Amino acid sequence: MTMAMTMAKTMAKTMAKTMAKTPWEVVIGLEVHVQLATQTKLFCGCSTQFGAPPNTNVCAVCSGQPGVLPVLNAQAITFALKLGLATGGTIRRRSRFARKNYFYPDLPKGYQISQYDEPLVEGGAVEIWYEGQPRSIGLTRIHLEEDAGKNVHLATGAASLVDLNRAGVPLIEVVSEPALRAPEEAAEYMRTLRGIVRALGICDGNLEQGSLRCDANISLRPWGQQALGTKVEVKNINSFRFVQKALEYEIERQGGLLTRGQTIQQETRQWNAEGGRTESMRSKEEAHDYRYFPEPDLPPVMIEEGLIDAVRAALPELPLQRRQRLMEQDGLSEYDATELTRESELTDYYSRAVAAGALPKRVANWMLTELLSRVTDARDVAQAPVAPAGLAELLGLLESGKVSGKLAKEIWAKMWDSGRTALQIATEGGLFQQSDSGAIEQAVRAVVDAHPDRVADYRAGKTKLMGWFVGQVMQATQGKANPQLVNTLLTQLLDG
Amino acid sequence: MDIVELTVTALAERVRGRQLSAVEVAQAYLARIAELEPTLHAFITVDAEGALAAARALDLRLARGEDVGPLAGVPIALKDIFVTQGLRTTCGSRILADWVPPYEGTPSARLRAAGAVVLGKANMDEFAMGSSNENSAFGVCRNPWDVDRVPGGSSGGSAAAVAGRLCLGALGTDTGGSIRQPAALCGVVGIKPTYGRVSRYGVIAFASSLDQVGPIARTTEDAAALLEVIAGHDPLDATSLPQPVGRYREACRRGVRGLRIGVPAEYFAAGLDPEIETAVRAAIDQLAAQGAEVVDISLPHTKYAIATYYLLCTAEASSNLARYDGVRFGLRAARPRDLRDLYSRTRHDGFGPEVRRRIILGTFALSAGYYDAYYAKGQRVRTLIRQDFSRAFERCDVIVVSTLPIMVFKLGERLDDSLQMYLADIYTISCNLAGLPGLSLPCGFSRQGLPIGLQVLGPPLGEEQVFAVAGSYEQAHDWHRRVPEVRR
Repeated sequence: MTMAMTMAKTMAKTMAKTMAKTPWEVVIGLEVHVQLATQTKLFCGCSTQFGAPPNTNVCAVCSGQPGVLPVLNAQAITFALKLGLATGGTIRRRSRFARKNYFYPDLPKGYQISQYDEPLVEGGAVEIWYEGQPRSIGLTRIHLEEDAGKNVHLATGAASLVDLNRAGVPLIEVVSEPALRAPEEAAEYMRTLRGIVRALGICDGNLEQGSLRCDANISLRPWGQQALGTKVEVKNINSFRFVQKALEYEIERQGGLLTRGQTIQQETRQWNAEGGRTESMRSKEEAHDYRYFPEPDLPPVMIEEGLIDAVRAALPELPLQRRQRLMEQDGLSEYDATELTRESELTDYYSRAVAAGALPKRVANWMLTELLSRVTDARDVAQAPVAPAGLAELLGLLESGKVSGKLAKEIWAKMWDSGRTALQIATEGGLFQQSDSGAIEQAVRAVVDAHPDRVADYRAGKTKLMGWFVGQVMQATQGKANPQLVNTLLTQLLDG
Repeated sequence: MDIVELTVTALAERVRGRQLSAVEVAQAYLARIAELEPTLHAFITVDAEGALAAARALDLRLARGEDVGPLAGVPIALKDIFVTQGLRTTCGSRILADWVPPYEGTPSARLRAAGAVVLGKANMDEFAMGSSNENSAFGVCRNPWDVDRVPGGSSGGSAAAVAGRLCLGALGTDTGGSIRQPAALCGVVGIKPTYGRVSRYGVIAFASSLDQVGPIARTTEDAAALLEVIAGHDPLDATSLPQPVGRYREACRRGVRGLRIGVPAEYFAAGLDPEIETAVRAAIDQLAAQGAEVVDISLPHTKYAIATYYLLCTAEASSNLARYDGVRFGLRAARPRDLRDLYSRTRHDGFGPEVRRRIILGTFALSAGYYDAYYAKGQRVRTLIRQDFSRAFERCDVIVVSTLPIMVFKLGERLDDSLQMYLADIYTISCNLAGLPGLSLPCGFSRQGLPIGLQVLGPPLGEEQVFAVAGSYEQAHDWHRRVPEVRR
């Protein structure tokens, strides 16, 4: 079967699946704001540290005092270039900042310095893996801009307060084409993008701190129609789960309206996480006129070929490339490879354990069950009390039959709590598996000799009793006997 | 020796040589201020205490044998658009009437580091919008040559203070002529350097792509001395130029032999006051007699300059003035009903009519559906105007024209006619649109005894040529030695 035929079949399958649910084709485009992990803000020297007391990371520039001027943070440009090159975009040799004008108390200057008609990066794509298939989600652009501050409304209603710590923190806005077709796909796109920016080291990926925030544009149209339907923009989404929920809610809402013969209003809506719904923010008529114009305080950004080459040369392996490598070189399953490349800390841990001599498949299994169950966030494995080499040693004992699987878990627990090595724990606790056939044979004989009735029953055809005999032997050896050896010896003795 | 008649270089030399103390100098000028300020109102804030403290500190350092810089003890007025840490900075507006800045801007910091003593903050049109100083929220400033007349604007207080000997030098800003025009009307020297030559950090923005800082002084050499200190790259201003600063004082004595002076026909057209034309043509003849070559040039897009300027500057101003919202500093409307009410009342009460007019004009010019017709087209015409000059500067080294088409007018005379007021900027505006250096110096007096300004324009970073022409002309005249007799 040719590639095209495979694709056509998959598409037909997907369409059939979706069409069964709804008469509407869903069209989604995402604008993801990625907070860059620079030390300082985009246009001043203030710290970008999260969680500082209100208005402590603030200076004359980022609080918009009269007379101040912005000076561009060069690291932010390099970071944006990294993503642009990693997604195969075209880097504009000359790009420009623009002012986006609107009034809001958390916006100190009354305008946001952003990019408008001359963004840093145009085009490119994010490769995602969705429903067992690779998909390429085209990007419209990637541009740099500064974040706004935060308004805090006192519960008493007595006052609204403004915290400008976040004002001026660098963001890149990654705008996708309207190329996504389902909420789960949108969530997977966002997840993949997060993996990429983390692998590039340009964003910490902390969703709970708002390091990735997304606005979603969604419209519905009858299957087969070329023209796009009326789009609705949903703002204020800050997790993968919410992007999916918000889009599912919108599909229900818009589908319901269309099915009843009503029209969709072009508007901006806001995701209300508590209520699990989207709410109207402003209609098309109320939309802001941002009066964009080129920022006169900043000269155009000129990108030299040398910088592009240097950034390109230093690009690390991206999650999807890692995933491919783990499948091809290490023979991992698609599932294992996908899960182990979700966070670069997991991949690092895995690679180091394998480098220390452990078998890839065993490392993967152990990490995805025993390791992940012990951390709240997968990224914490970088600080796990058991280092990759420690895990490799334990898996080596397991592989050579020196410890049983059950005991290995006990040893693992002790390693985690005490910080001692598997070898130390196994030696001190006498936890090594007995593979000395003489000693085991003795134990087997003792059990067989002690239960002549059961032996008779077994020989009469009750072969299920084999498990009972094994259990007795294991009990007699405090679980240390090699179960395979016990099995072999019992079979010889009972059947012989 | 009359302290207030010493030039910048002569005074600084005496202070550095300790023949004269910085405190004596400050006291002499503060005495002039005490005498004339009630009539002229050239200042919004006089900082006598700060000036004397700074002068005392200089004298102490001099006594210890320290080098306090080339402007030792030079008493300066700063247009109230310059941000001064701990010293109220109003920008001529009610909205900043009580604003005490938390930081110091670059131009004033450089002056202080060179030993200059800041006497106070000079009066100005609100947010530098105006040509007469009548748009100040703190009362009008008067022209020392005739107190019934305007000092020009927007740096009117700076020019009046220099002309009236209330300070030895001053800093102004020039967006469409705001240094050169008041300098001409007050009979002093003012230069707007090349765009980006002086840092704009700590200079309250009116129109960012046009604003430029420059000195106002009594002689070209004094202006050159001040410019040498404030010019130069500033890492805090991304639009400031990296090129090394020229030798402006030396250029003042270089002479004009071999220099080609361009005379554009468009600047001697209808509307030019005949008395001014006579003075300017005489000045050009004078320069030719000193060895310059006079060439006719053309700047064909001059007629579009005013419309282009008012589109672009209002557009930028509408955005630059958005930060005055009553949230973080400055005036805040009392007991607002809601956010919208806070914004609209703060801004309505805080801004004067001319500022409000320009914010509305600029907001309109940037609006969706109008941007291409106004702002974008304005930018294209700006390019044409810039090209006019680069073509002209292939044929000449400097351009010499009048600073204004009209004589200094009376207070209130043009207040009700914004358009007439805007049209008087015709000769100064193109220079800002093209980002060129332009200097105005006295070239005579009218029969009524009112000063007339001669304007010298140069190519980008051509400040030295400009000073050479101005210095050469000045040597042959004593216009700059006349002192106005301020009649109350």
